Amino acid sequence: MSGYNLSHLKQLEAESIHIIREVAAEFEHPVMMYSIGKDSSVMLHLAQKAFAPGKIPFPLLHVDTQWKFKEMYKFRTLIAEKYDVDIKIWINPEGKDQVSPFSHGSEKHTQIMKTDGLKQALDHYKFDAAFGGARRDEEKSRAKERVYSFRNEFHQWDPKNQRPELWNIYNAKIDKGESIRVFPLSNWTELDIWLYLLREDIPIVPLYYAAERPVVEREGTLIMVDDDRMPLKDGEIPMQKKVRFRTLGCYPLTGAVESEAETVEEIVQEMLLTTTSERQGRVIDGDKSSMEDKKKDGYF
Amino acid sequence: MSEATYEIQEEALIRGDIAEYLNRHETKDLLRILTCGSVDDGKSTLIGRLLYDSHMIYEDQLDKIRKDSKIYGTTDEDFDPALLTDGLKAEREQGITIDVAYRYFSTDKRKFIIADCPGHEQYTRNMATGASTCNLATILIDARHGVITQTKRHSFICSLLGIKHVVVAVNKMDLVDWSEEKYNAIVKDYNAFVSRLGFSDIHFIPLSALKGDNVVDHSENLAWYDGPTFLHHLEHVNISTDRNLIDMRLPVQYVIRPNLDFRGFSGTMASGVLRVGDAVASLPSRQTSKIKAIYGPDGEMDEAFAAQAITVTLEDEIDVSRGNMLVPVNNIPHLGNEFEAMVVWMHEEAAEAGKSYLIKHTSSMVPGLLTDIRYKVDVNRMKREKNADSAGTISLELNEIGRCHMTLHRPIAFDPYEKNHTTGAFIIVDRLSNLTLGAGMIVDRVVSKPAHKKAPVSQNIVKSHSLVSQADREKLLNQKGSTIWLTGLSGSGKSTVAQELEKELIAQGRLCYILDGDNVRHGLNRDLGFSMEDRTENIRRIAEVSALMNDAGVIVISSFISPYISDRASAREVIGDSDFIEVFIDTPIEVCEQRDPKGLYKKARSGEIQQFTGISDPYEAPQSAELTVKTENMEPTAAAELIIDDLRSRGLIG
Ligand SMILES: Nc1nc2c(ncn2[C@@H]2O[C@H](COP(=O)(O)OP(=O)(O)O)[C@@H](O)[C@H]2O)c(=O)[nH]1
Repeated sequence: MSGYNLSHLKQLEAESIHIIREVAAEFEHPVMMYSIGKDSSVMLHLAQKAFAPGKIPFPLLHVDTQWKFKEMYKFRTLIAEKYDVDIKIWINPEGKDQVSPFSHGSEKHTQIMKTDGLKQALDHYKFDAAFGGARRDEEKSRAKERVYSFRNEFHQWDPKNQRPELWNIYNAKIDKGESIRVFPLSNWTELDIWLYLLREDIPIVPLYYAAERPVVEREGTLIMVDDDRMPLKDGEIPMQKKVRFRTLGCYPLTGAVESEAETVEEIVQEMLLTTTSERQGRVIDGDKSSMEDKKKDGYF
Repeated sequence: MSEATYEIQEEALIRGDIAEYLNRHETKDLLRILTCGSVDDGKSTLIGRLLYDSHMIYEDQLDKIRKDSKIYGTTDEDFDPALLTDGLKAEREQGITIDVAYRYFSTDKRKFIIADCPGHEQYTRNMATGASTCNLATILIDARHGVITQTKRHSFICSLLGIKHVVVAVNKMDLVDWSEEKYNAIVKDYNAFVSRLGFSDIHFIPLSALKGDNVVDHSENLAWYDGPTFLHHLEHVNISTDRNLIDMRLPVQYVIRPNLDFRGFSGTMASGVLRVGDAVASLPSRQTSKIKAIYGPDGEMDEAFAAQAITVTLEDEIDVSRGNMLVPVNNIPHLGNEFEAMVVWMHEEAAEAGKSYLIKHTSSMVPGLLTDIRYKVDVNRMKREKNADSAGTISLELNEIGRCHMTLHRPIAFDPYEKNHTTGAFIIVDRLSNLTLGAGMIVDRVVSKPAHKKAPVSQNIVKSHSLVSQADREKLLNQKGSTIWLTGLSGSGKSTVAQELEKELIAQGRLCYILDGDNVRHGLNRDLGFSMEDRTENIRRIAEVSALMNDAGVIVISSFISPYISDRASAREVIGDSDFIEVFIDTPIEVCEQRDPKGLYKKARSGEIQQFTGISDPYEAPQSAELTVKTENMEPTAAAELIIDDLRSRGLIG
């Protein structure tokens, strides 16, 4: 009988597929949040496996802040074709073409274009379940996050009102207007994601790989000058550096790291040998409000 | 340890051969660990120590903790590992809900998921939640205090949730002078009460979470202990035999229909092994088919096993949808709407007998009643407690555990939790608030259980050998003992054919005997009704009697509706394939209903009789009977001739 064993990756894969199928079966209008990052890539890949040879039975949603990297937009188009999925794109109409991280600051920009935009999109399409690629190992406050995370009709997360989750039985009962966020990658770690990307040969945005890119250094963080909307300070001249990104978000808010890693193997190698944790590259986490507060407010 | 320095696990391999490193890590397996202990036993310290010593902590996190240790640290040490897991105290201060927290770490042997359950008043709910997915439980004991009430309580909940492996971590050995006697006394105490709990594997390790002794590295101080360290044990404990690989169960989650030619049934294998070509039944409809193809995450495959997420296609177009379960035709779970279960209550609003709830079990959500709370369990003393209040009703409060009788509106396919965690577990959902109120583990179905079901063949019964063989008797009778098994709907003509057949065989000098409802139901099977279980038992006994009579050389004519393929298959097994002649009395139901010799169809239609085959209970027609007799346009005598010809052609009569 000993032949019937599953590696940890195959177990994680099976569990994620189980969750994705449960949600597709029990909710009326599920949607998969698609951030164009590597975790989204893994999640999308799992969704495809869950329903093969059929099509993914729900759309993707990209809440577009208009400040993502150019390469991310290119990649988004590519993915829609490759996976034959419908990607709904939502830009908060109230902030469209007006709000930028430069004019409004990172916190306000994120609040309006991302957090508010997401709520608008969910309301607009009447989505009752939204898949997100968050993992429990990302941050201490996520260690207790459920796989099904309940939101009231105002998308608020009430930490006191989350349901116990036992076995692989998920309680999908909600009232009209309420919704859930679902995290099928809850039990994956950063290393698992990379191992899986490698094993499955899943495409990711090239920004994850090191290349010569124009950057400026601000408060110790390397910011890429992705287009000419970025106002340069007096005397600031973009320099070419070989850099890569550990996480992807809005380009003015995402720090690059200097790196030589051009393949997944080399990225993992660097990751394991460096001694700083992953989220440091993300400028917004330095903001005052804690992750817990952001979550209560409907941020992923 | 005063100066925490950062070391990278397997650094040489990562630098030298990253591909090999990744390869090793891709194939490692997964262990899920539950940690339980009372407040201050050192749980946070132990987990922090594991994370730290297995080098899962980044330098920047460590820096912060070194700073925090000076301010918040609970120890004199420069570095307090408890702070790595954001200890309970801090959470209390911040008013964050006390919940199960999941932590991750890995070594080159295994990936580990820790379900960290705070030792707080909410222990039962949180522990049950955490334990539901874990392979192994770590029970912390403070060496100074030894086995206390909470130790027993935690152990009991682990056993209730079916955890098989336990590690008892006797912590704070530094505070008892690393005393072997103290440790031995604790081991003895723990063993004394735990024997009743049925863990298959219990391991004791003396350690000091704070100082690191025996956590990852062996300890000089505990040189008298020659077992593995805590981490070494976690890396090597064998869990591969924990899964049920015997009873194939595939609860259907989702039906995939990309086009008219493909209808795939998706789900996660709850247990067992499934192969292409296997004969399966869909429950509750009991329709049967064969597995045509199996698709896994990596494409088509020949077989699938427990915990894989798969999609299957079937040879025949039968009705299968979400909430159904595919099972082997010869190994079916219980199908019923009543069962008894151990229920853990998880909500402030108490459970009440007589109240209706929603029950989610595998992929189906069914309304049902909590019919009765039989008794509560006194978790501290691990005993049942009868705690009826003055009105005589029992309620189940938050964090209490009770044995409950459940009655659902629809039947579900289930196994006892002990045999099958996935098909034996359910959650209880409130119909109004939608909240998850409780979790249940099915103990058994509810039927007044005849002793024969439970009792295995006693070791003391030895078959005695007769001096005369079956062949001797058959020679005497000039015939072979065999069973002609007539199956068909009520009113199909089984009895008439049986009587004609008997008459004709006797006329030809053959010793034969009819077994039918009239002579079996009134005596041997007087205690059985018409539920699925009882029908199955009815057939089992008839098969055993037939086999004995065949052994005596007698030709048995068994005339029973015997509607289920699986039952007839087991009858065939009991009697022996070559002596078993399945004859399908094939009469369309319309004709049977028209004949209605005993007025039963009318009663079934009006609802007066329930579970009536063909009307309110399924009849599964044979797929490959030895003989099919269509009685519609045939005289009973002609049917009897047909059967006799068949017996002759098989050499059963001379
Ligand atoms: N001397 C000693 N103290 C310990 C040991 N393990 C934990 N402690 C201390 O016991 C107290 C409670 O530990 P903590 O890990 O917070 O307990 P928890 O409530 O079970 O998580 C802290 O002051 C720890 O430093 C140990 O092995 N030896």
